[in-house]
Amino acid sequence: MTLFIEQLINGLQLGTMLFLMASGLTLVFGVMGLINLAHGSFYMVGAYATALVTAATGSFFVGLVAGIAVAAAVGALVELIVIRRLYHRPHLDQVLATFALILIFSEGTRWVFGSSPLWLNPPAMLSGSVTLPGGLRYPIYRLVIIAVGVAVAVGMYFLITRTRLGMRIRAGESDREMIGALGVNIARLYTLVFAMGAALAGLAGAMVGALQSVQVGMGEPVLILAFVVIVIGGIGSIKGALYGAILVGVVDTLGRVFLPAFFRQFMSPSEAAGVGSAIAAMLIYIMMAAILAFKPKGLFAANE
Amino acid sequence: MKRLASLGLGLLMTASMTAVQADEVRIGMITTLSGGGSHLGVDVRDGFMLAMERSGRNDVRVLIQDDANRPDLARSLSNEFMQRDNVDILTGIIWSNLAMAVVPAAVRQGTFYISPNAGPSDLAGRMCHENYFNVAYQNDNLHGAMGAYMREQGFERPILLAPNYPAGTDALAGFKHLYEGEVVDEIYTQMGQTDYAAEIARIRASDADSLFFFLPGGMGISFMKQWENSGVDLPVFGAAFSFDETIIKAVGSAAIGAMNTSLWAYDLDNEANHTFVEAFREAYGRMPTLYAAQGYDTANLILSALEKAHPSDQDAFREALREADFDTVRGKFRFGPNHHPIQDIHVREVVEGDDGQPTNRLVGIAVEDIQDIYHEQCQM
Repeated sequence: MTLFIEQLINGLQLGTMLFLMASGLTLVFGVMGLINLAHGSFYMVGAYATALVTAATGSFFVGLVAGIAVAAAVGALVELIVIRRLYHRPHLDQVLATFALILIFSEGTRWVFGSSPLWLNPPAMLSGSVTLPGGLRYPIYRLVIIAVGVAVAVGMYFLITRTRLGMRIRAGESDREMIGALGVNIARLYTLVFAMGAALAGLAGAMVGALQSVQVGMGEPVLILAFVVIVIGGIGSIKGALYGAILVGVVDTLGRVFLPAFFRQFMSPSEAAGVGSAIAAMLIYIMMAAILAFKPKGLFAANE
Repeated sequence: MKRLASLGLGLLMTASMTAVQADEVRIGMITTLSGGGSHLGVDVRDGFMLAMERSGRNDVRVLIQDDANRPDLARSLSNEFMQRDNVDILTGIIWSNLAMAVVPAAVRQGTFYISPNAGPSDLAGRMCHENYFNVAYQNDNLHGAMGAYMREQGFERPILLAPNYPAGTDALAGFKHLYEGEVVDEIYTQMGQTDYAAEIARIRASDADSLFFFLPGGMGISFMKQWENSGVDLPVFGAAFSFDETIIKAVGSAAIGAMNTSLWAYDLDNEANHTFVEAFREAYGRMPTLYAAQGYDTANLILSALEKAHPSDQDAFREALREADFDTVRGKFRFGPNHHPIQDIHVREVVEGDDGQPTNRLVGIAVEDIQDIYHEQCQM
């Protein structure tokens, strides 16, 4: 039972992290109609900036703020220099150009910092584990990640439903030409939204970088999951990103533990371990296919 | 037309004459210098070149190319080396899947291949070849030795963790072969996985008394950091691939206390090793890893054979390689009948070094004179 609860919390933690990535991705697609493969690079940029500043100042929190700021700044720059020229191009051109950005960011980072991973750990006050009610020992840092994810989700909700900026974002999602005609500076709105998405990716990269390893190419596996999330949730929908992220996080983590156990009932342990983990790796894609079969536009399709 | 043909013939003759005249030995090194896990290739290269420089021989030319951890690229580089550059010896490959793409074809064409790292079971067993030598290990060696060591230390319920790919399943098979007991569970992760919360939860829920894992490169770094904060309190064991100096520096304090098996340690007490560690630190300003030691031994083996014969005299050169008459940094070294080492595997513990950074300290010997189990399948 504790195993199940622990896995549920693990799934929630993975889900909130995916939400940080997916919300930026889906926002950019919803507002600007842009497919941005380079979103994973902002994740990496955030992690690298955090690792470097943390090493220089000795404070993880200063590093974290710097990581978010640098990711946002890089996002804004990329929007001004490259992305801006892609809005009116077909999706295939966008994919091509942003894929090129991945290569440029990855090789550039390798060129400057080398291939060896950088060192980044959670701050001392957040390391170690606590005993939860029920006697389960759980890492503090993962609980903090969940809290940050929830705070961001709540913040996004208020930003989108209660502020002027949010109103413009919603307007941009439903009718791009019209809000331009109404006198909103659409170019500035796009840059802002893009930088915001990059900042969220940078936040995710910095938080996860401390848990995993900060290295070149760390963003791409997460990016694939984030795409699965927004496809499941409905492209362009923040609410869909939230539910999709938690669904993917929970299903993925539960599958990795309980599928091998399930196959062990009628197979030898090593076979069960092999088959179980192979199917667990496919599980979220199977789920995505199943959901799309019934809801081709995802669970909470935008623009409907 | 006749003049043109004779001119062509003349050119060809001069070209072949320069190759013969120079009597220079050419070594082609294909190794991983970019992409994931490139620190392994960099260390093999640096160790190899250190030995070459120290030898002072100027009739040996080493050509180095980066395979970027891509089998197709490694294959085409080896063809270039053999056909365009006429190399006598190939070496350098880090990854077993790349070795399988290059080695069988290369040795069939009469080139020597001396492996400084990868040692897949096929090349030690049914696909062994008289021109193939492995100076590092057969892939199972370190895992098996750790199995034997844990058995001897009285652990009865180990749980095993490895990525779900050939070297991962081989690692656990090698471990179980010498552990010779029941294991609580085997957990396979995805290749390149970064989050291990689910696996750690399974380990916590099991009644294991110890953990053995094989997660090379960045995977091991992520796992160890998450393991430290999980509050699971089991002793950790692994092979040196997850605990080389580069990796434990990135892991930080989480690595401290982990035990790992290695064919080499920087504090192994022998003359050749003292010289090597000192020279490596002076030349490159960092601590050598086992990969650097393997590169250094590989170069010294080649140099020792070159003292006795030129590679163009294949039989004599092969015999000279078999003798393994060089000062190894491992203290002792000999080849088995399948040209794979018979060597001692040592146990190291990760401790806090004088500078506060984690480092490996030699603890003792896990298995003396370990030999792979595949040599019986080898018909040479």
